[in-house]
Amino acid sequence: MPEFRELTDQDLRNLVSDRALTGETMLLNMGPQHPSTHGVLRLLLELDGEIVINCIPDIGFLHTGVEKNMETKTYAKAEVMTDRLDYLNPIGNNLAYSLAVEKLLDLDVPPRAQVIRVMLAELTRLNSHLVWVGTSALDLAAMSVFLYAMREREMILDIFEMISGARMMTTYVRPGGLWRDTPVEFEEAVRRFLKVIPARIDEYESLLTKNPLFMDRTRHIGVINAEECQRWGINGPVLRAAGLPFDMRKALPYSGYEQYDFAIPTQTGGDIYSRYLVRIEEMRQSVRIVQQALDRLPFGPVRSDNRKVMPPPRSEIGVSMEALIHHFKLWTEGYSVPKGTVYVATESPRGELGCFLESDGGPKPYRVHFRTPSFSNLQIMPILTRGHFVADVVGIIGSIDIILGDTDR
Amino acid sequence: MGLKGQKTGSLGIVTTKLEEVVNWSRTNSMWPMLFGLACCAIEMMSAQASNYDLSRFGMELMRASPRQSDLMIVAGRVSRKMAPVVRQLYDQMPDPKWVIAMGDCAACGGVFNNYAIVQGVDEIVPVDVYVAGCPPRPEALIHGIITLHERVKQEKLKSW
Amino acid sequence: MGDALQAAVSAIQERFAGSVEVDRGETTLHIAAEKNVEIAQVLRDEFQFNMLIDETAVDYWPQEAPRFHLVYQLYSMPFNLRLRLRLSIDGNAPHLRTLESVFPNANWYEREVWDMFGIRFDGHSDLRRILMPYDWEGHPLRKDYPLGYEEPQFTFNFDEIDLRKPKGQK
Repeated sequence: MPEFRELTDQDLRNLVSDRALTGETMLLNMGPQHPSTHGVLRLLLELDGEIVINCIPDIGFLHTGVEKNMETKTYAKAEVMTDRLDYLNPIGNNLAYSLAVEKLLDLDVPPRAQVIRVMLAELTRLNSHLVWVGTSALDLAAMSVFLYAMREREMILDIFEMISGARMMTTYVRPGGLWRDTPVEFEEAVRRFLKVIPARIDEYESLLTKNPLFMDRTRHIGVINAEECQRWGINGPVLRAAGLPFDMRKALPYSGYEQYDFAIPTQTGGDIYSRYLVRIEEMRQSVRIVQQALDRLPFGPVRSDNRKVMPPPRSEIGVSMEALIHHFKLWTEGYSVPKGTVYVATESPRGELGCFLESDGGPKPYRVHFRTPSFSNLQIMPILTRGHFVADVVGIIGSIDIILGDTDR
Repeated sequence: MGLKGQKTGSLGIVTTKLEEVVNWSRTNSMWPMLFGLACCAIEMMSAQASNYDLSRFGMELMRASPRQSDLMIVAGRVSRKMAPVVRQLYDQMPDPKWVIAMGDCAACGGVFNNYAIVQGVDEIVPVDVYVAGCPPRPEALIHGIITLHERVKQEKLKSW
Repeated sequence: MGDALQAAVSAIQERFAGSVEVDRGETTLHIAAEKNVEIAQVLRDEFQFNMLIDETAVDYWPQEAPRFHLVYQLYSMPFNLRLRLRLSIDGNAPHLRTLESVFPNANWYEREVWDMFGIRFDGHSDLRRILMPYDWEGHPLRKDYPLGYEEPQFTFNFDEIDLRKPKGQK
C-alpha cells in the first residue's frame, strides 16, 4: 500500500498560482470522500477567502483497469465489464461496445432488436437524469426531489429486472442483438410507466424551476460559452446548454434513431440553470422517443441469424448437431473478429460515449478504449469554478454530471 | 427485555442486562458513513430512498464525517489509489465501529481481477458482514444490515 | 468519403507525407510522428476540425518497430466530419510533441497516455500520472505489463494462499 507523502513546492509550482506558495491563498483539499462530489473525486481548491482561484481535479481513485482486463477476455465475456464503466448508463455502454463489434463484424441486427435497443437506451437516459436531478437537488439542499426521483427510478429498474433479471447491470444488449426476447409483460409495463412519468417530470419542475432559492444558487454560476466548449472538446448537455444544438443521435444516427421524431433541447445561458433546463427537457424528449418506439415495435427475432457470432437457442441444441458445435465453440473459444479498427460514438446522458476497438483477427479484443464524456468534461472544472464561492463548486460539479466510473474506467 | 411493568405498577421500571441495553442502543441508531464508491453506491442510495427505506432501521441519515458515524458500508470497488484513503477513514472512526463490505468488488474483487483493484476490502479493514451481489439488491443490503444487527446483539461487554 | 473530407485529406497528403485508409466508412490518415502539431494546426485552422474527441495509443509489443501507434480522433463541428490520425512511434521510451497548443483538452488525454503507455510528450504543461497512484512504477497498458490478477483459491491451495493474503487489522 503506498504511503502518503507531502507534496512539495516543486510539485505544485506549475499548478497553483504564486500566491499559494507564499501562503496568501489557502489550499483546500475537497477529498475523495465527500458527500457532494458524486463519487471519489478529489479537488484541490485554491481559495482566496471564500473565492476559488483555481480548482485542480485529481482523478484515478476509481481506476479499474477495464481496458486491460478486456484484452484478456473474449468479446462476449468482455462485455460484462462495460456495464460497470458508466454505472448510471449501463445499457448505453453495452450499446456502444456492441455497435463497435457489429461494425467490425459487418453484422446486421434485426429491426425488433434495434427498436428495443432504442427504447432501453432512452429508459436508461431517463434513469440517469432522474438520479442526476435527485442528487444535484440534494446537493443544493432540496431533499424531497431526491426521494421523488428515486421513486420513479424504481419503476424503470423494475422494467430492467423484468427483461434481464438484474436491476442495473443487465448486459442485455449484446453484439448481434439482444440477449433474449422481452417477456409478455414488458410492453404493458412500459406503457404504464409512460402514463405516469410526464406528470412527475412536471412535479420536479414545479419544485425547482421557479424556486427563487434554486435560481439564486444556479443562475450565472459556472458559465461556459459554446466557443470554449468546442475548444475543450465538450459535448452533451453542457454544450447544448451553451447554445449549440448538437446531439450524436441526430448528427450520426445509430441503431435506427433517424426514424424517430424528437427535438434537441437547447438553452443559451451556459450556466447551471441552463443545464438543468436542458436535462429536464431531455427527459421529456426521451419519453417521446419511447412512446414512438413502443408504437412501432415490430414482431420478429431479436438475435442475428449468424450462428458464428450469436449462440443458438437452447431448444435447438438438443436436436441439431451444428447448434451444439456452435454453442461449444462460442463458449470455449469465442467468435473471431476480422482485423480492423473502428470508432463508434453514441450519445450517453453525459455526452459522447465512444468505443475505439482494434482487432487483430483473434477472439479477444486487441485494444479497446472508451472515450468517456466525464473524462473530457471534467477538464473544464478550473474554468467553471474560477471566481465563484466554495459553495458554488458543489453545484457546478453536479451540473457537469460526472460519474467517476466513467472518468477513471 | 423483561417488562415487569405490571408488577411494579405504573413506575415504568424495566429490568434487563446491561449488554442488552448497550447493544439495543447501538443497533437501533447505527449511522452509516457515506462511503459509496461506484455502482453499489447507487443501490445504497436506492436503499436509503423511500421504496426500501433504511430509516426504519435507525439509519435515518448518512453522515459524511467519519468522526460521527458507526458503520462504514464500503459500497463499490476499491482501487489501489483509494486504499490508503479507506484505511485512514476507518482509523478516523471512533469505536465501536463495524464494516459492511457491500457488493462483490468490496467482498472479493468482483469481476475485476487485475492490477488496479484491491481484491476484497478485507485486505485493508476488518469486515463484519459481506453482502454479495453485483450490485446487491437493496433488500440484500437490508438483509446484510439486519445480520449485522443480530451479530451486534450477541456482543458481550469485555471491558469497562 | 465526402468532398470536404477528401479535400482535407488530399491537402494533408500534399503538404506532409501521409497515407489514407478508408475502412468500414471511417477514414484514417497515417502521418509522421514529427509533424503531428503542424498537421493538427492545419486541420483545425483551414479545414475546421475544431474538436479533438479522443487521443489514445495502441501497443504492439513484441513488435519493436513500430511499437506504439498513437491515435487521434478529430471531429469537425461545422461539417460533421470525423477523421482519425494515426502515427507510429518506436522504442521503449518514446517521446513526441504535445498537441496541447492546438487543442487544450489534449492535456488530460496525454497524461493518460503517459500514465498507461509511457509515451512522453515534450512541452506538456503538467505531465504527471493521472489514473494510477503518484508513485506507481510501470505503465499498465503496455503488453509486457502483467495483468496482476489474484490467484484463485481452490480447496487444495486455500490455506497456503490464505497465509499470503494481507488481512486488515483493527
